[in-house]
Amino acid sequence: MRPFDYQRAERLEHASQLTMPESGMSIAGGTNLIDLMKLQVETPETLVDISRLPMAQIEDTDEGGLRIGALATNTATAVHPRVKADYPVLSRAILAGATQQLRNKATTGGNLCQRTRCYYFTDTTQPCNKREPGSGCGAIDGIARLHAILGTSNQCIATYPGDMAVAMAALNATVEIAGEGDTSRSVSVRDFHRLPGDEPWRDNVLKDGEIITGVTLPKPIGGTQIYRKVRERSSYAFALVSIAAIVDMEDGRISRADLAFGGVAHKPWHDPRLSDHLVGSEPSAALFDKAADILLDTAQGYGENDFKIPLARRTLSAVLAQATGTEI
Amino acid sequence: MPITVNDTQYDLPDDPRVSLLDFLRHEIGLTGTKKGCDHGQCGACTVLVDGMRINSCLSLAVMHDGDTVQTIEGLGTETDPSPLQKAFLEHDGYQCGYCTPGQICSATAMLNEFANNWPSDASDDLEAAIDMSDEEIRERMSGNLCRCGAYVNIVAAIKAAAKEMAA
Ligand SMILES: Cc1cc2nc3c(=O)[nH]c(=O)nc-3n(C[C@H](O)[C@H](O)[C@H](O)COP(=O)(O)OP(=O)(O)OC[C@H]3O[C@@H](n4cnc5c(N)ncnc54)[C@H](O)[C@@H]3O)c2cc1C
Ligand code: SF4
Ligand code: FES
Ligand code: FES
Repeated sequence: MRPFDYQRAERLEHASQLTMPESGMSIAGGTNLIDLMKLQVETPETLVDISRLPMAQIEDTDEGGLRIGALATNTATAVHPRVKADYPVLSRAILAGATQQLRNKATTGGNLCQRTRCYYFTDTTQPCNKREPGSGCGAIDGIARLHAILGTSNQCIATYPGDMAVAMAALNATVEIAGEGDTSRSVSVRDFHRLPGDEPWRDNVLKDGEIITGVTLPKPIGGTQIYRKVRERSSYAFALVSIAAIVDMEDGRISRADLAFGGVAHKPWHDPRLSDHLVGSEPSAALFDKAADILLDTAQGYGENDFKIPLARRTLSAVLAQATGTEI
Repeated sequence: MPITVNDTQYDLPDDPRVSLLDFLRHEIGLTGTKKGCDHGQCGACTVLVDGMRINSCLSLAVMHDGDTVQTIEGLGTETDPSPLQKAFLEHDGYQCGYCTPGQICSATAMLNEFANNWPSDASDDLEAAIDMSDEEIRERMSGNLCRCGAYVNIVAAIKAAAKEMAA
């Protein structure tokens, strides 16, 4: 690990100031950043410990929703009585990720900002446009198995590996961000992560010096909530494809279909055309298949990961069938 | 503020790069906690911090001032082993023993998580009382790998210890 200057942030503004230079990085649970610092993939000169800032609360909002502090651990969120009762898709997504030891340390903010990455990114002997702009993409010319099928660019085809944010995208949650001085802004989770485009080194829309303070969930929307994670072993593995679904029915027709996908893109994938297509229709195998056509109309495989295209199609059908009680 | 490890207070290292794992092993000589992967993947380094199990390899020691850490050395002794330590011996919950301190620390916390009725990925219902089935134990212990493959006996040991503690 490269030497760095360790600073503990005493106040939020302090954290913002210290992370303003590009060489300053915040650390919360440390489970992603320390891993990458050991590999010398991340080499901050100043490490700003934000873990003692008062941002761990999970509290009701005036609108009937729930605000999850940036430092609430993944465990605290997953076992929170209101999350289990009102936002079960979020509990399920968190519990499907990593291990209990990691979830005990992982925080809301750190989980959102964990690097979108691939095994070329973490291997400093390999080219990677995300780690070293302009060096090329090892995966496009090499073995791309966990890689993206949607929203890729000719610069980077990595997938965002998180589970929690996929559920938050289905729930249409909002990320709250504090910036320089006393400024603050909020961004929908659906717009928080970026596609790689020409700047694959930028995973999300945070600017230097910006700190996530929390995530707000809208008031409960009920429905059948499912998180289905398809992986290469039954536990403790990243998603090949995952789906967070919130689906409701009225008089035999679908009245809500909020869907988000993990493992397929550089960000949690949300396609508003899916809900337009599904809502108002009677559930059927044909309807689900058409939904997959829409989802995958621009999908592109890179060899080893071609299987993700049919896998995403089948997983979508299976989740919609389960959510609507339809035989397929 | 110092860090408390197994009821003894220690000063934190000057070099902020020292992981909690290296601090325990190299700076204060508690070598019971093991280093497997050093990247959060194997669980050999599992310790309890303020009662919660974590991977000590992915944590910086300097971030733990004021915290209370329990390692395998703090759970029991040769003459007075904890129920889990005893059960691992009785059920052959290991072969080479390298993963065992991590397994036992992890299982110690896991029994509390069951007692708090925290659900896991294997739970059918997020809110109902959870039955300590083999499937639940396996899912909850999935962060502790055992290269010797002693998994069957590890599950047996955990069930036996849980039973003894409930009696
Ligand atoms: C072996 C292994 C398996 C894993 N499996 C999964 C999995 O299956 N599913 C899954 O979802 N995740 C998985 N993870 C990733 C894990 O969930 C993340 O490492 C964790 O959520 C990161 O949170 P943290 O608080 O530890 O972040 P840190 O490591 O502290 O920080 C990560 C990044 O976020 C930034 N950051 C932290 N907090 C803030 C904030 N408040 N504002 C702005 N920036 C911030 C940091 O600067 C850093 O860049 C796995 C990790 C490991 C090591
Ligand atoms: S896919 Fe992205 S992260 Fe992976 S090697 Fe290519 S540029 Fe790097
Ligand atoms: S040594 Fe910490 S998880 Fe492997
Ligand atoms: S007993 Fe040898 S690794 Fe588990």
